[in-house]
Amino acid sequence: MSTLTTEPSVAPPEPTRTALRHRMAERGVDRTLLLLLPGVVAVIALFVYPFVYGLQLSFQPQGVNAHGGVFASYSAFFHDKFARGSIGTTFYLAIPASLINVGFAVPISYRMRSDFRGKRLLLTILVVPITLGTVLTAEGIIEYFGPVGWFNSTIQWLHLSNHPLTLTNNYWGVLFSLIISGFPFAFLLTHSYLSGIHPSLEKAAATLGAGWWQRFRHVTFPLLLPGLLTTFCLTFVLAFTVFPSAMMVGDPDGKTHVISIEAYEQALQKFNYSQGCAIAMVMTALMFAVIGVAMALRSRLYTGSTGGKG
Amino acid sequence: MSTVTDTTLTPQPSGGTRAAARDRAGHFSELRLSGISRAYGAHVALHPLDLTIRGGEFIALLGPSGCGKTTALNSIAGLLPLTAGSIELDGRRIDTLPPERRGFGMVFQNYALFPHLTVRANVAFGLKMQKRPKAEIKQRVEDVLKLVRLTEHAHKHPGQLSGGQQQRVAIARAIVLEPPLVLMDEPLSNLDAALRLDMRAEIRRIHQEFGLTTLYVTHDQEEALSLADRLVVLDSGHVAQIGTPAELYESPASAYVAAFMGYRNILTLTVDSVTADAVRASRGGISLLGKPSAGASVAEGSEVQAAIRPEDVRIVGGDGADTTAGHSGVFDAVAEIVEYHGRTFHIDALTAAGDRVHLRTDQRVAPGDPLRLTAAAERVLVFPGIAPLPETGADE
Repeated sequence: MSTLTTEPSVAPPEPTRTALRHRMAERGVDRTLLLLLPGVVAVIALFVYPFVYGLQLSFQPQGVNAHGGVFASYSAFFHDKFARGSIGTTFYLAIPASLINVGFAVPISYRMRSDFRGKRLLLTILVVPITLGTVLTAEGIIEYFGPVGWFNSTIQWLHLSNHPLTLTNNYWGVLFSLIISGFPFAFLLTHSYLSGIHPSLEKAAATLGAGWWQRFRHVTFPLLLPGLLTTFCLTFVLAFTVFPSAMMVGDPDGKTHVISIEAYEQALQKFNYSQGCAIAMVMTALMFAVIGVAMALRSRLYTGSTGGKG
Repeated sequence: MSTVTDTTLTPQPSGGTRAAARDRAGHFSELRLSGISRAYGAHVALHPLDLTIRGGEFIALLGPSGCGKTTALNSIAGLLPLTAGSIELDGRRIDTLPPERRGFGMVFQNYALFPHLTVRANVAFGLKMQKRPKAEIKQRVEDVLKLVRLTEHAHKHPGQLSGGQQQRVAIARAIVLEPPLVLMDEPLSNLDAALRLDMRAEIRRIHQEFGLTTLYVTHDQEEALSLADRLVVLDSGHVAQIGTPAELYESPASAYVAAFMGYRNILTLTVDSVTADAVRASRGGISLLGKPSAGASVAEGSEVQAAIRPEDVRIVGGDGADTTAGHSGVFDAVAEIVEYHGRTFHIDALTAAGDRVHLRTDQRVAPGDPLRLTAAAERVLVFPGIAPLPETGADE
């Protein structure tokens, strides 16, 4: 099928070729499909192949699990209370972080719809964290929120507390880092979804007697919600795979022992690749589950044009 | 600067069928706009506008794009704050209220229907905001949907409707609240020509049946003339003229208004002689006798604009037979474009001086034919000075 479209110059007899090409075109098969090629190659080489390789590796237990059967790597993970607990730890970080990111993105992008002095500057400040890697963010958090960082120095200078607040090397440090690195994405996405909603819809609602809250509640929010669910999924995935910041600003005692750290330790510290892969597969399944729930919710909402013309 | 013309024909809503609805509708006796204006920085989009709208009137704001008519409408709706002036509804000042508390209905150019709500929910939106009882909302929505003939589409989403249907939903949504004033912002401009004619009649019917007061913004003079009880012509933020369709059509106050009212031929001439009720002016082979516009004084030697409707330009018979008394003067032109319009031909002709003259005739004319043209003197309006003209495009 694809050879026909990729090489239309190879000529079968004239009448059949035309007919076939037309029939193909009607099913959406034509030469523009070639544009997909680089993307497909990249996806196969960089995602599908490693994924399938990891998947089959996860069913070949090694080390202590070597004789436990095909699912030994998985059962080892689920039977270890500390390892298993990393799932809860990760959700406990990723869900609040994503909700906070999306939650803050809405009012800020709502305000950023109209023009005001300093809008560009504010936009830059909000988006700059994207350019900082997670490592740099984590470093900054250690410096800023650390026991002798600016934050605690200020608190003590103001006599708000007589001992430094512990905001690094624990849950809060990781959460801050997830918000700092995840918020710009959430904001940019929400901002573009929101600008896709025609301003005349809110004006119409206003002339129909709706106050600002009612306008948001009954018009803007329902139209924005599908976009917010997509945004939630993206920030959730970013947060769920948190690794460097959990290592750097996390709790060394294991309270921020997230699932990616567990996988890393199995694979690269205990050299149990099979169990490392098994954990990665569990991680993937969990992310798919959350995204699946979000997308199922989304499919129940209105997701058509929001251009004001209806 | 602008005058309030109170020579209104009070429109009589037709029939008693909707008497109950009319009684419910938020009637008022007058809405007074006093010197309302709007500036964006140094740019004044709307110069002080004075207008008194009576309950039940249909007012059209007419002007080309960028003349300030939409600004005026948005200011009245409360979507734009006024720079100066006040709006009073029966003596109660309302220009400081936010749009949601003014209670004016508005029909947007792009309809602005809520795409995630059904037709019924769109129409019910305003009543829901007022927290009316469910049964009342249901009844009133059904009533108004019947009025705009959309009952069988009530369950659909706006995206499933045609342009004309969406437009009627927008009207229904605005009038279900029985607002004292309905503001319409070029509601027909997104529709095709045939549908526009139907919807025009529909809007007038709804206006009458519901006993509405309507302020209608348009750039289409035919729409304005056919719908409105009174017209306000705007020229770059200034009021050019306020009056009934007949007043504007018969005696436009300026060449600008004339151009809007179908005087497609506006010739720049120099005054030769002035008598009590006639002016003779000429340029480049055209010499016309015309009637000075009401209240205008022209001096000999000054430049004037002479406005003539295409249907008032006549072809003088080949033998020079047209010797109608009182004709304005004869001039020559060459037919350039001839359009067939059934009973008449629409002709674009070019004079020797390069002026383009539009005329209508039932004679068969071919492009390139030489024509002798004339017009009755009382059909030639002479305006002093040279004013910039609106770009109205075709007169259809």
